[in-house]
Amino acid sequence: MTVPGTDIDVIDALVGITPGSPLSAIRARRPDARAHAQATYRALFAPEAPGNITAQERLAVGAFVAGLHDATVVAGHYAARLAQSGASAALREAVDAATAEARTSGPYGRYPAGPLSREDTAGVSYRVGTAIRSTLGPRLTAAFEHVHMLVFHPRDAAPAALQALLDAGWSTTDIVTLSQIVAFLSFQIRVVIGLRTLAGRPPTREVTT
Amino acid sequence: MTDTVLVPPEHTAPTAFTRAQLDWLPWLEPLAVEAMTARHMASLVDAARVKSPYFRLLARDPDALEARTRTDKDIFYNPDAGLPRAERELAAAATSRFNGCLYCASVHARHAATYSKREADVQRLLDTGVSADLGERWNAIVAASVALTATPCVFGPEHVDRLRRSGLDDLAIADVIHAAAFFNWANRLMLSLGEPAAPAD
Repeated sequence: MTVPGTDIDVIDALVGITPGSPLSAIRARRPDARAHAQATYRALFAPEAPGNITAQERLAVGAFVAGLHDATVVAGHYAARLAQSGASAALREAVDAATAEARTSGPYGRYPAGPLSREDTAGVSYRVGTAIRSTLGPRLTAAFEHVHMLVFHPRDAAPAALQALLDAGWSTTDIVTLSQIVAFLSFQIRVVIGLRTLAGRPPTREVTT
Repeated sequence: MTDTVLVPPEHTAPTAFTRAQLDWLPWLEPLAVEAMTARHMASLVDAARVKSPYFRLLARDPDALEARTRTDKDIFYNPDAGLPRAERELAAAATSRFNGCLYCASVHARHAATYSKREADVQRLLDTGVSADLGERWNAIVAASVALTATPCVFGPEHVDRLRRSGLDDLAIADVIHAAAFFNWANRLMLSLGEPAAPAD
């Protein structure tokens, strides 16, 4: 697959949308959504002011989120960008290992006690395996555990999860950005899968163009 | 490290999905209004949002917030054909119901009911859940939103076919996809950075 830079519309690239195609015309009817989905991608993965979160941390989280969605096309993009960022082979292998051990299916979780408790659905609270923790380091370990909750069981969110991130060195502003990375990817992945399906393309295979 | 998790004031947590107006209480410190730069203010897009602790918290990453908001507005408010506004809101409400975001579900169920005038159907979605029978066209929109919201996604050609049989053209189907996808973004922020509160009596 091609590895688009941040100046190439990443959703178009991952869906395989070419100029003049029917899907390009459909996206052109919602021009702000198209432009600002791309602007969000740039803000989160090629920010003008990266603050305390490194490019490698952003891309490692991106590869993990896309991998947890089993979204091959999108995961390939973030894994490729992580490799380009100079991430070590050990870090890339740790991201892959975390993805493999953390996969499940959602959404699950608990509601506040009351009439909705009958809809409570059990599932795992992911803790990064001991073999991977030292490679990821404390910041990414805490991030991955939080990310797994956001991806698969967001209704289990609680202040203690944010405290764990603060304890691992994520500031309040860092947590906002981390949350946006996971939440935005939850959108981007679904747009890519949805539009590929609409175009009659398998949603999880590599882009061949 | 002086950043801390906030303890919300005494409040009543809602325990059921509702179309009533809810409050939202942050678990992390929003920017103080007097500390906000011109860039922070511009990232709100609507100046009135300075009153919202949710948007002042997200304004800590102003580029991400502004792009998020402009994406949101085009998906839901662009009047150029495609899916009627009521059904974009239905997709948002169904996604929020399935993920379990009481706050987002309250706002978008309210909008869906307002624009469709089908209060009873919207309330049935909230009360019964995403398996509620709302008539074939709405059932198709809810089923597509839910399939796309599952992680991993289980959205497939059968969902597209069902939407087409319900009279949606490809632009309208793309609107369903974007509305459901966007609420997978919004739900995760709303659920994880604070909590809903029932309004004080």
